[in-house]
Amino acid sequence: MENLVTETGIKKSRVPAWLDLAQSGTGLVLGIFMWVHMILVASVLLGVGSFNFVAKVMELAFLSPSGRGYPIAVVFAVMGVYTLFIVHAALGMRKFPINYRQHKMIRNQMKMMNHSDTNLWYYQAVTGFVMFFAGSVHLFIMLTHPHIDPYISADRVFSSTMWPLYLVLLGCVELHAAIGLYRLCMKWGWFIGKDARKSREKLQKFKKRATVFFLTLGVLSLLVFMIIGFRHRDKVGEHYSTQRTTIEQTIITG
Amino acid sequence: MCGQAVKEKQETQDKQDIQERARTLTFEILRYNPQVKGETPKMKTYQVKEAPGMTIFIALNEIREYQDPSLQFDFVCRAGICGSCGMVINGAPGLACRTLTANYPDGVIKLLPLPGFELIGDLSVNTGKVFRAMSERVESWIHDKHADNVDLDKLEETMDPDTADEIYELERCVECGVCLAACATKRMRDDFLGAAGFMRLARYAVDPRDKRSDEEFYDIIGDDDGVFGCMTLLGCEDYCPKDLPHQTRIAYLRRKMAFAKRS
Ligand code: FES
Repeated sequence: MENLVTETGIKKSRVPAWLDLAQSGTGLVLGIFMWVHMILVASVLLGVGSFNFVAKVMELAFLSPSGRGYPIAVVFAVMGVYTLFIVHAALGMRKFPINYRQHKMIRNQMKMMNHSDTNLWYYQAVTGFVMFFAGSVHLFIMLTHPHIDPYISADRVFSSTMWPLYLVLLGCVELHAAIGLYRLCMKWGWFIGKDARKSREKLQKFKKRATVFFLTLGVLSLLVFMIIGFRHRDKVGEHYSTQRTTIEQTIITG
Repeated sequence: MCGQAVKEKQETQDKQDIQERARTLTFEILRYNPQVKGETPKMKTYQVKEAPGMTIFIALNEIREYQDPSLQFDFVCRAGICGSCGMVINGAPGLACRTLTANYPDGVIKLLPLPGFELIGDLSVNTGKVFRAMSERVESWIHDKHADNVDLDKLEETMDPDTADEIYELERCVECGVCLAACATKRMRDDFLGAAGFMRLARYAVDPRDKRSDEEFYDIIGDDDGVFGCMTLLGCEDYCPKDLPHQTRIAYLRRKMAFAKRS
């Protein structure tokens, strides 16, 4: 309308449509990325070697003749995710209550109805807000230390006392991702089949299970990292790969 | 003759039993008349003896009839058709005439007027104003530029039964305002169109007689006060007393609008 008043003949802006698509699109990619990320991190549950293998694959070690990989690949990946993360946060923020009145309204509404999907939205707003800070710290570290190594990660978790941050991040990410992906299905009408209401129940169940599954995976992985970090506390900063090379070398030369 | 007497006796006995076993319901009702200067909203408690099959609507009438004639609330059809009796029943927006008191095992029922509407008094709100504005905003009528040139001697074009069903499904809306009161997005943002408006527009969007293009629909709901403002909290879907397909229809409009072609 405002356009029509000042400039006749101007079509209604497409921007709201793009923004909405972008918010959902970035959310979809980030949500699936976080689930995959969790599974890859959880490779540590199978042992330090498995985690290292995954890390090397991520660094595209199979492409490099030396087998060392290219940490720059990680830098690019992190930069990509970082961009999506910021765009998604900026777009999501538009939906936040912008003043006390609006905040009071949604809180009142939640108190009045105690309606699950309304409550879930609020959790999403809160976890999103927390992640904006906690996630930024993690992404910045990955950007500046792109070499992924199980011992370095474990030292970071234990000796650098980063575990509280990762614990908070884990809770936020898993809640936010599962709720967000469920809401995306509702929002765009995906996977609704013939009976939309039954499908919704199924999706809700799936969302709950996914949250529990990924949270468990995350907590266990964090615990394992704590243990590895604890055992490795005297050799902070030492890489797994170099250690292994030295062992291999000793075996060969010895 | 004797059998008849026994039967009657049994029936009176049954009635007495029911009366004796009947619960006493406690109604906590918001009382406030904005017309009266200096009056403040307060909760008032009423006790009503429960009857079999009692609805909130029946109980309210009983209160007005025997306890407090000043109690304001709306109803017309008492059958979930007119949409007048929307209110918040123990936190859930719904129709009073379609809600059984038996649904509340502890017998305490708290009634509030639907939030987000102009309060007429007590439980009565002005939904008419909001719905009138909604109808005007979505231009709730068939748009066809060539309607004037219709040949009245010709048979009307037939409609695919599935399309007719779909239109009918959305026409079942009784404009009670429950979907709007159950929507936290609408509560936060007054200008947001809300589910009732989306259902109305979806009804015209599937109607082949309405010749509006996607672009024209986009002009109405293609922004954050329209379909892109919907945060999919699904209060509309979960509280609609007529079980309208809010979730799937809003998703349909969203897809349609997100990819609407520019002519
Ligand atoms: S009185 Fe008509 S819907 Fe309840």
